[in-house]
Amino acid sequence: MAQLTTKEQASKIASLEMKAQSRNLMADAWYRLMRNKASMVGLVIIAIFAVVAIFAKQIAPFSPIEIHGGKGFLPPVFIEEGPNGLNPDPQFLLGTDTLGRDVLSRVIYGARVSMVVGFFPTAIILVVGILMGLTAGYVGGRVDNFLMRITDVVYAFPDLLFFIIIMISLRDTAVGKMLNGLFLLFGALSLVNWVAVARIVRGQVLSIKEKEYIEAARCLGASDLHIMFRYILPNCLGPVIIQTAFTIPAMIITEAILGYLGLGLRPSTNPKDIFITSWGSLLLDGQSAINAQRWVLLAPAICVALVVLAFTFLGDGLRDALDPRLQGTE
Amino acid sequence: MERDVLLRVEGLKKYFPVVQGKLLGRQIQQLRAVDDVSFEVYKGETLGLVGESGCGKSTTGRSILQLYRPTGGKVFYDGTDLMKAPKSDLRRLRQKMQMIFQDPYASLNPRMTVSETVGDPIRIHKLLPRQKIEDRVKELLEMVGLNPAFANRYPHEFSGGQRQRIGIARALALQPDLIICDEPISALDVSIQAQVVNLLEDLQEKLGLTYLFIAHDLSMVRHISTRVAVMYLGVIVELADRTDLYENPLHPYTRALLSAVPIPDPKVEKKRERIILTGDVPSPIQPPSGCRFRTRCPLAADVCAAERPAFREVASGHSVACHFAA
Repeated sequence: MAQLTTKEQASKIASLEMKAQSRNLMADAWYRLMRNKASMVGLVIIAIFAVVAIFAKQIAPFSPIEIHGGKGFLPPVFIEEGPNGLNPDPQFLLGTDTLGRDVLSRVIYGARVSMVVGFFPTAIILVVGILMGLTAGYVGGRVDNFLMRITDVVYAFPDLLFFIIIMISLRDTAVGKMLNGLFLLFGALSLVNWVAVARIVRGQVLSIKEKEYIEAARCLGASDLHIMFRYILPNCLGPVIIQTAFTIPAMIITEAILGYLGLGLRPSTNPKDIFITSWGSLLLDGQSAINAQRWVLLAPAICVALVVLAFTFLGDGLRDALDPRLQGTE
Repeated sequence: MERDVLLRVEGLKKYFPVVQGKLLGRQIQQLRAVDDVSFEVYKGETLGLVGESGCGKSTTGRSILQLYRPTGGKVFYDGTDLMKAPKSDLRRLRQKMQMIFQDPYASLNPRMTVSETVGDPIRIHKLLPRQKIEDRVKELLEMVGLNPAFANRYPHEFSGGQRQRIGIARALALQPDLIICDEPISALDVSIQAQVVNLLEDLQEKLGLTYLFIAHDLSMVRHISTRVAVMYLGVIVELADRTDLYENPLHPYTRALLSAVPIPDPKVEKKRERIILTGDVPSPIQPPSGCRFRTRCPLAADVCAAERPAFREVASGHSVACHFAA
């Protein structure tokens, strides 16, 4: 075999190196997340609920507002005889409520509200929180001080009290009636929760903007906006993604609480509405029927618990995947 | 022979405020990182800037590029006063002055691929249409000795020396005339240092670059520089041609500094006389009166405390700030 010259050797090594898989940080994190079983189970549960929410109309056996006369309080099929002495009807898998409406169908439709409440306000929270945090951290000085004092004020206010006040006082206005009250709910949730994201982003920006690569960008003649969005923002996304994964279940729980207090979505009787009922209002119905048909309460409660748990597992996994140094910490 | 001056620094000052109190922030003192520094850099040369840590070398480099707004003085690049230039002009002028950073692990954006990092300056200044950027990036990578096939990789996949080459490619993307090298090799392995220095020299020859080379490694500076300036506690104490400075140091600080360089020859090394300085570098918050070096200087006399020595030319091209230098 002929002797290889150094140059040939070098190019051979280089071509070997090229075959080695190249992964960016996000792909790396995704790979770590895939290996986390709890997170993957969470992700599957979330996906199932999302599909159910989207195709509620096709999946639900009955219309959620269809009243089956004389068939109220039927127990679910897996119970032989309910506390009220009635026998189950195989049509109604989870039985019926006070008015004889199918519990399963109502729970399926309720998933819509929870999913939307999980994602939509979170999107607003992300946009507002990131913009506020980025501006405060990057500009600094008085702007920072001003924005962070606003954040402190919002942060210090008791959330639930704020929601209750907003929902009660604005419920009967035009804004309060939009989307059966969902619009107001989104607004209230977003208004309070952007502060956590803003604080996280600001903290990240403060540390990242001192990095040498920011100075390098400035030296290249990059504008402030370019530095903020091309250099700083991508580098502070990790903790923001983690925060998002924990914000979504918090939103779902808050909606359930408000629904239970009768302050969430107004239950609709119009079959054309997309959002007919929510898990929160189902809980409210269920607790009054607890002695006659406990699955009116149990079904939505289990769903809330499952979804929240799924998101929390996913969030845990994301945290470990995006920042392996944090593994096992709170 | 009159040489073209590319960069002229006149009485450059950079003071950092020392602030006390979190909420209201009262400025109580000033840290004089750079205090009245003047020098010129000629076209095509390499001016070495040496001194121990914390003497203001990097601050000088950054103040020249206006990465820090200087407290006072003037910086002329090719006749334009950078401190008075409006923001838009400054952005344009940045194309001509670039910087290579000390830490190759911190100076690259971890979320950008090599080709994004190197192509970013071209995009910022809209120098080339989008389709052509990729080719230009490949050309730049080849120029600094990197395989263009690595263009789509992320910085964490490279070694320190390779990362430093990426940093050099980024600086070259704008086709600058002046590059300020801020200790470009001090974070690298010794074996890699030589490679990077040779690369810098090759590029200088090929592209006609001018370097302001900031370092604390005296033998490396001797190797690469045309002229050398020695800094101590925010001021330049001596500036001379390379051979002149190393053969005939006039300032006592330069002498002490040079005596600390080991010589790779055991016989000569044995005879080497070391001048050991006593004490620490004084705080730049309260620098000594008069000559800054007087607290550690073997020659110190009363005049040193009373008067700040002028930075004067004692021989052709050899300036020194000492009362006793002749």
